Amino acid sequence: MKKIKTNWLYSQTVKEHFLNPKNVLWDEKNYQFDGKGTAGNPVCGDVMMVWIKVDPKTQKIKDCKWRTYGCGAAIASTSMLSMMVTEKGGMPLKKALNLKPQEIVKRLGGLPALKFHCSVLGQAALKEAINDYLKKQKRKK
Amino acid sequence: MKKNIYLDYAATTYIDSEVLQKMKPYLTSAYGNASSLYSLGREAKAAIEKARDDIAKILGVLPSKIIFTGSGTESDNLAIFGIAQAYRDYGNHVIISKIEHKAVLESAKKLEKQGFKVTYLNVDSQGSVKLAEFKKALSKKTILVSIMYANNEIGTIQTIKEISWIIKRFRKNNLLPAFHTDACQAAGALSLKIKDLGVDLLTLNGSKIYGPKGSGCLYVNKDYKIEPLIVGGSQEMGLRAGTENTALIVGFSEALKLAEKLRKKESQRLKNLRDYFIKKVLKIIPNARLNGHPQKRLPNNINLSFAGIEGESLVLKLDQYGISASTGSACTSTDLTPSHVLLALGMSEELASASLRLTLGRKTTEEDLDYVLKILPKIVEELRKMSAIRL
Repeated sequence: MKKIKTNWLYSQTVKEHFLNPKNVLWDEKNYQFDGKGTAGNPVCGDVMMVWIKVDPKTQKIKDCKWRTYGCGAAIASTSMLSMMVTEKGGMPLKKALNLKPQEIVKRLGGLPALKFHCSVLGQAALKEAINDYLKKQKRKK
Repeated sequence: MKKNIYLDYAATTYIDSEVLQKMKPYLTSAYGNASSLYSLGREAKAAIEKARDDIAKILGVLPSKIIFTGSGTESDNLAIFGIAQAYRDYGNHVIISKIEHKAVLESAKKLEKQGFKVTYLNVDSQGSVKLAEFKKALSKKTILVSIMYANNEIGTIQTIKEISWIIKRFRKNNLLPAFHTDACQAAGALSLKIKDLGVDLLTLNGSKIYGPKGSGCLYVNKDYKIEPLIVGGSQEMGLRAGTENTALIVGFSEALKLAEKLRKKESQRLKNLRDYFIKKVLKIIPNARLNGHPQKRLPNNINLSFAGIEGESLVLKLDQYGISASTGSACTSTDLTPSHVLLALGMSEELASASLRLTLGRKTTEEDLDYVLKILPKIVEELRKMSAIRL
């Protein structure tokens, strides 16, 4: 019998990031970060935590780590987000603050409509992390 | 080679090869319309009536009111709307449990929109209907009670006999309320004798018992009339119009016969496997819990929660290892609401989203379960380490 070709639940990129997530902070014990942010709650089904390191001179994100409680799309969204803000020498903070969830979804090769909020949450956690960093900077001054 | 371990028998089963063989003639040579007068038609008619007799024997009833339908869902709908519409002049109250299959739940909700009053009975933390609460809910206006025999998600078996006793004592010599049970998950595992259960209507289907999908039946006690859902022909005593699908009806009855024949032995085998797995998994994986009742549960049902992780990711990871399982997760790509059954047990949304259902079947072996016991702890640990929620 000829087997019908099946698609995975999500896009190929989502699958790759879900199965081999990039930049997970498995253990934060010895991780020195400049900013930390959380978004979501377990009741809505997703919680995301994002940690960032910032290059003070260039104001670019040097490192971005994360942990996510959530479905496959949530895990892949945060993984993709962490990759996007650290690639090409790091994303400037200003640009990262205005990063649109749609851009994450686009890079993931799309998400089901019901899962769009996963990309929103990741972005929200990143924003919090950046604001946390900026607040700390202000206090220093 | 990639493993292929199917542990979602409560979702559906393959068709048993013996059953398939018995269906085949009715898909090819014996294709007649059962309403036709010539021999090809009569041949189909005879096969359908034999199937009806065979099922009646298993239920221990007369064959006259076994109505073949297109699914368990259709049978549930027919029971609920059929009784509600036939007896709406006698009362407008219906009682169901909070953990019914959506086929019953959504039917009841639709009745509410039509002006009926519905009581949704609570269950205790293990999924059993509270009998005292049920007694209090009965009123002179109650025309129908629908409580499932065994739950599809957590496997909890209800005390149908006791519920029917309560109903019988309440209605004395009256006909109402009628008592319907959805027995789709119970078939092949529990007794289906109507006399023992004391129900007036009972739903069965083929796709959970190694029979064909798209087949089912509703038993209705002869004292009750029901309004059909589908009209346009006199088939099935005028209660379900449409040319009978002889092959599916034959397949369904053959599957039920086989399930009944294997019931005792297979149930014991599955129960042993189930308890073996549950004992081990709770020992190996920290912060794991069993959902449902430890003993009063279907022999093939395992439903677990792993705090701190989300069911969909767990199922997708298991799939990578060739293990097919399901979840009561809040976060599947098609539905964002957590399982109504797990929430009715009083579980938090978080824990309800962290659930995994494994349902065993005829091809499940101890070896399969040992493989899952090897893979599952690794996945749970990885997802927990990756989780933003720390236990």
